[in-house]
Amino acid sequence: MTVSNVISAGWRTTDGKRPPIFLVASAAVVAMAALVPVVYLVVRSASAGSDWIDIVFRGSTAAVFGRTFLLIAVVTVLSVAIAVPIAWLTVKSNMPLRRILSVASVLPLVIPSFVMATTVIEMYSPKGLVQGWLSGVGVERLPDIYGLRGATLVLVLLTYPYVQLTVRGSLRRMDPALEEAARALGYGPIQTFKTVTLPMLRPAIAAGSLLVALYTLSDFGGVALLRYHTFTATIMIQYQSSIDRTLAAVLSLVLVVIAVLLLTGEGFTRGRGAYHRSTVGVARAGRSVDLGRWRWAAAVFVGIPVLVGLIIPVGVLVHWLVRGLINDQQLLPLLVPARNSLYVSLLAAIVTVLAALPVAILAVRFRSGLSRFFERSTYIGFGLPGVVVALSLVFFGINVARPLYQSIWLLVFAYGVLFLPASIGSLRSSLLQVNPRIEEAAQGLGRSQWNVIFSVTVPLVMPGALAGAAMVFLLAMKELPATLILSPIGYRTLSTSIWSAASEAYFARTAAAALLLVIAAGVPTAYLTLRGSGYHSDRVSEVSNPDNAFPFGVPDSEMAR
Amino acid sequence: MFRRSAKFWRVLVGVAFVLVTATAVAACSPESSSESKQLVVYSGRSESLIGPLVEDFEKLTGSSVRVSYGGTGPLAATLLEEGKNSPADIFFAQDPGGLGAVDSMLDQLPSDVLESVPDWARDPEGRWVGTSGRARVVVYNTDMLNEADLPDSIEDFANPEWKGRIGWPPTNGSLHAMITAMRREWGENRTRTWLEGIVANEPKTYENNTATVAAAAAGEIEVGFVNHYYLHRFIAEEGESFSARNYYTRSADPGSVILVAGIGLLKESNNKDLAIQFIKFLLSSSGQQYFASQTYEFPLNENAKADSLLPNLVDITKPAIDLGDLSDLEGTQDLLREVGALP
Repeated sequence: MTVSNVISAGWRTTDGKRPPIFLVASAAVVAMAALVPVVYLVVRSASAGSDWIDIVFRGSTAAVFGRTFLLIAVVTVLSVAIAVPIAWLTVKSNMPLRRILSVASVLPLVIPSFVMATTVIEMYSPKGLVQGWLSGVGVERLPDIYGLRGATLVLVLLTYPYVQLTVRGSLRRMDPALEEAARALGYGPIQTFKTVTLPMLRPAIAAGSLLVALYTLSDFGGVALLRYHTFTATIMIQYQSSIDRTLAAVLSLVLVVIAVLLLTGEGFTRGRGAYHRSTVGVARAGRSVDLGRWRWAAAVFVGIPVLVGLIIPVGVLVHWLVRGLINDQQLLPLLVPARNSLYVSLLAAIVTVLAALPVAILAVRFRSGLSRFFERSTYIGFGLPGVVVALSLVFFGINVARPLYQSIWLLVFAYGVLFLPASIGSLRSSLLQVNPRIEEAAQGLGRSQWNVIFSVTVPLVMPGALAGAAMVFLLAMKELPATLILSPIGYRTLSTSIWSAASEAYFARTAAAALLLVIAAGVPTAYLTLRGSGYHSDRVSEVSNPDNAFPFGVPDSEMAR
Repeated sequence: MFRRSAKFWRVLVGVAFVLVTATAVAACSPESSSESKQLVVYSGRSESLIGPLVEDFEKLTGSSVRVSYGGTGPLAATLLEEGKNSPADIFFAQDPGGLGAVDSMLDQLPSDVLESVPDWARDPEGRWVGTSGRARVVVYNTDMLNEADLPDSIEDFANPEWKGRIGWPPTNGSLHAMITAMRREWGENRTRTWLEGIVANEPKTYENNTATVAAAAAGEIEVGFVNHYYLHRFIAEEGESFSARNYYTRSADPGSVILVAGIGLLKESNNKDLAIQFIKFLLSSSGQQYFASQTYEFPLNENAKADSLLPNLVDITKPAIDLGDLSDLEGTQDLLREVGALP
């Protein structure tokens, strides 16, 4: 096989369609941008001595890897176990307080990880508040929060919303006719969920889990406070104490390898099945499932993560604020940081979703080795610590893109590299539920490929795009390490204000900035979560109403063949 | 319906484009105009600390100072990545380790600057100067211990009677500096024996000094190895009832070494006069008094007074150690790994 054969084999899609060149080109640019950190790490590692061999192959490193993988597995499984029922209950059931809970259950995502970790410690540590209450009723000692237990608790609270958001999007777009058919054929509600709903959710669950696993791999702030030492901590010590960036780069490449392993693992769970409706029909908003007397039990179930992951941390922040104000602590003005945070996060959300679109469309509609490579490469950044990505962009900015350096665009770039997968995941699962026949129909009616993508595909994946944008926005709001390094000098955001106060133990100032962050991030989240549903239902009914969308008749699957 | 959505996306792209252009224009214009009177500082010390001082300096000189705040380690790494193209004029670091990592990029400071601090508080080769002193202390829980219960030397905490009672932040730069001081004072073997004793006492590990002090007050641990000033921030925030206090070891051992935060001038700075003016301002008696009263650190200028809660700097029995000698942090990390304190 010649080289050109190999290349053209890479281009060829499995069903023989040729992707439009503009799509391939833009996806290639995005993938290259996403791989900037890897290029940097390779360049930095080139000058490495042999220290890294000692560190990577030391006996204790096996234990560190063991701990890292254990944490990833436990956090991922628990996040799915919590998030899927929450998503189903908030979308499909008649649970009380549905709208409030569907917003509140996403919001733990905006709590900075060190705040979550600190509140977990304040509440559940051996000398924490809960122990104090419980010793009144005779409980001598809570199980020790430090170590795996605490790290798991913190990370599950921080990450289950990823799964919830992707699954939620999928559930809303799912054709209720499938479940109704199962019910009509005599399946009970549980059996229907197991045999119809759950398999349909597989891509969304897999996409969400991948984000959870990569986040767990890269997190430092949360696990460090709970004294659970993962491989990322081994890297961070290099930046904190001896400032050996070469050694840090080599160790980060090991992290890249782990991320690739996780990506490969997730790749295996992806089937070739179709997740869209294959024939004509109207995807009405399905009737919600009546939970009967379990309605309030369901609300309590959803309420628990909201309580532990949102209400308690916010309560602790309020406590810090009030306590500090009573002791006459001065607060710093936060208006400008809040405005900067909103602005730069909004930019990041828009830019990232626009960058994610070509990659996701290519990966779903034109499957090939190359399109898969493009998509997968965007995930690497999410598995790397923010410091590593930021330094790689310093390197890139200084050596390649001088005009961008010290502008907020390099920061937006960094957010894109870090958070692309959050938007690609939800776009992808959204696309899988759109029948490609609709696009083929539009093309058959004389529209160009470009036109079809913009006038048919993109509008149909709007709910996925909005969910993805929301996630990027929230992640950018709370991102710290890259923000500190890449912000233009003197550019303050809420997260840098939180860090600045917390690092000198100004608790009241920390709390003021963190509360503002939660509010500032919460309002758009509420808007997107709630608007998303309204937008979706009118969209689906109009799009799938044959009279409206296909005035010249709808090609069914047989005709198209 | 389709059309409306496509339009929505077109508008979105349009808005994004306008924002890009607007910011690009805004970002480019003001920088070039006033470069000569503008000082760029990379500060590993936080804004709540440095901000008011910077404002005073701006008022005093009519210049403009832009500060990039961050962790000392990541900022040093950023400086190394930026190399000659760094926009920074000054690097203000939490600890000598951060300055040591970039010392090849630092310029020689004038002797009058260097001589305004005691000679133990500056780089022997004159590339950086200390700005404030921070003592290593043992923080202890006041409900569980009295100061009299504590041993004279930090060395005694390696005894088995302290098993399960100690906490420390093993990744913390200041702790590493203290252990580097031990290696200087005691030699490798004695330091290793001490570390092995501490590790055998199963110390609880914390992420940083703040967490260690909080744990001591909560009674999770009885004693912790930290810098002195975190305690005073807690007391200011939570009141006198905060149940932890500092113990400055009675004997002159590395357990009570005085470390410094320090500052250096970048070789590539094109604004060196203003930069040196800024450094002098920090070392002046008013600048030093600010550190003393705001941060509970020890001033290095004789004319400034330390907070009344603190012992006199001269009264602390401290070892005679040159901070410039504490640069071998990698050796300390290796040692910590070998004894199992770091993974």
